[in-house]
Amino acid sequence: MTTWDRAAQTGGKSTQATPAAVHPPPRGGRVGRSLAGLGMGLLLPALLLAGWEAGAALSVIDTRLLPPPSRVLGTIAELAASGDLTLHAAATLWRVAVGFGLGVLAATLLGALTGYSEGAKRLLDPTLQALRNIPSIAWVPLFILWFGIFETSKVMLIAVGVFFPVYLNLASAIRDVDRKLVEVGRVYNLSHFQMVRRILLPAALPAYVVGLRGGLGLGWMFVVAAEIMGASEGLGYLLVDGQMTGRTHVILAAIVLFALFGKATDLILAGVGQRLVSWQDGFKSAR
Amino acid sequence: MLRLKNVSRRFANGYLALDGIDLAVDRGEIVGIVGGSGCGKSTLLRLVAGLDHPTGGAVELDGAPVEGPRLDIGVVFQEPRLMPWLTIRDNVAFGLSHLGRAERDALVEGALARVGLAGFAKALPRQLSGGMAQRAALARALVAKPGVLLLDEPFSALDALIRMDLQEHLLHVWASEPAGERPTLILVTHDIEEALVLSDRVVVMRGNPGRVHGQYRVDLPRANRRSHSDFPAVRERLLEELRAASRPREPGETSRGGVTTARPLAPAF
Ligand SMILES: Nc1ncnc2c1ncn2[C@@H]1O[C@H](COP(=O)(O)OP(=O)(O)O)[C@@H](O)[C@H]1O
Ligand SMILES: [Mg+2]
Repeated sequence: MTTWDRAAQTGGKSTQATPAAVHPPPRGGRVGRSLAGLGMGLLLPALLLAGWEAGAALSVIDTRLLPPPSRVLGTIAELAASGDLTLHAAATLWRVAVGFGLGVLAATLLGALTGYSEGAKRLLDPTLQALRNIPSIAWVPLFILWFGIFETSKVMLIAVGVFFPVYLNLASAIRDVDRKLVEVGRVYNLSHFQMVRRILLPAALPAYVVGLRGGLGLGWMFVVAAEIMGASEGLGYLLVDGQMTGRTHVILAAIVLFALFGKATDLILAGVGQRLVSWQDGFKSAR
Repeated sequence: MLRLKNVSRRFANGYLALDGIDLAVDRGEIVGIVGGSGCGKSTLLRLVAGLDHPTGGAVELDGAPVEGPRLDIGVVFQEPRLMPWLTIRDNVAFGLSHLGRAERDALVEGALARVGLAGFAKALPRQLSGGMAQRAALARALVAKPGVLLLDEPFSALDALIRMDLQEHLLHVWASEPAGERPTLILVTHDIEEALVLSDRVVVMRGNPGRVHGQYRVDLPRANRRSHSDFPAVRERLLEELRAASRPREPGETSRGGVTTARPLAPAF
């Protein structure tokens, strides 16, 4: 050890650099700018809503077909007060969460496998690509026969929807990982599993997060489909119920709730993803 | 002792990148390898690293064939190749996952201090300049104290001052070990000066197929070679050899490939 220390005194001197050269990323300015951007983005929707409300008040719009925003908000408030909102939202969120979890799990295992192993890719990828070409809704009758009309078939449908964007993004991202980094892994004699865990998955993470967000979006799409096909609770049930009973304000309330929950879950995922890939040295990805 | 015995490498497309390379490198020796671009230097290094396998002959370290990458053979590439998602500390610790945390932290801390990056342990690679990143890569390779360190044009992407700085640093690390425990260094470079400043011996290669054109012992004192009065002449002489090795062969002329006698360079002057 002492001989190495001597090198530090002699050789280290000329290569000294100050830690001060590493700046923490500036924070305040970015938040301020994104708030300003948000303000701009809200301008148009706010104008449209005001016009819509005014149109309904002046009887320019038939409120039976298009109830005003205030009525839609009121419906949401009523749903919340009666406890129905919790019931329906919880049912839908639970289905999305379980379906998303299952889809992501399967996609991650298979994506990592076919991305890493040429043999696995040749074996599995053509089949998966062929299955991808089947519009997922087409599975519904089969799933209902297989899994019954209750939760399992719904969750499976969502999982299938979530699977493909996650699988495709992960597999192609792993195949695109810089060969030079993989070679470093080989120099350090990593096992196949270590190579996947220590190099391929981290390197593929940015594309994986993109896949997760795409998958989540499809998850929300398929939960609507699944619940429209038949459900006794859930936001999708509110859509069907509103249609059956001719209550357009209930339909619109359900749509608004879908949008809110969809956006909220995406923001959470994006936030978590942003933290995980903040090491990126991209044009706008990390600053 | 590292031995290449009649090593050949023919690629799948039929191209013969290396043809009958014989080379012996003593423990603790510094050997520079120079030669025109595409003459097979990187291929040779990859064979020694165990990243690739010869199609003929054998690579042996201390009598046993090198069959794959091993922890006592380190590699530094032309690019730093740091994992962009790991801090500098974790990058340097990359090959130490078999050690306990305390031992690993101590080794990494020492290695970072030696390359002058002590204050950058928590920085990410993207926050480092090219020279700093390459120093981190050097620390990553040296931290495990490999018996053999292979360097493939490690400083060629850096500007002249930083390059000289790192050459100095490499020599210091090498020389600071007791004579019997110094790592064997094999340095591929296209910079003749770099080869002369660092090496005990310079191997000149010729390409297509890759062969050893000649080997030259550098008989200059280690300290301050660049300012030695014989340095320009020695460099001129090596440059001539490199030119000769790069000239296309006359039809019918056979290569002198496989020449292994180390002809002294300095005594010629
Ligand atoms: N995988 C490969 N397949 C076919 N030819 C290759 C391969 N790798 C390298 N070569 C060829 O072998 C020759 C030597 O390459 P390399 O060892 O990288 O040269 P150097 O490092 O000396 O510039 C070059 O002509 C290169 O094109
Ligand atoms: Mg090369």
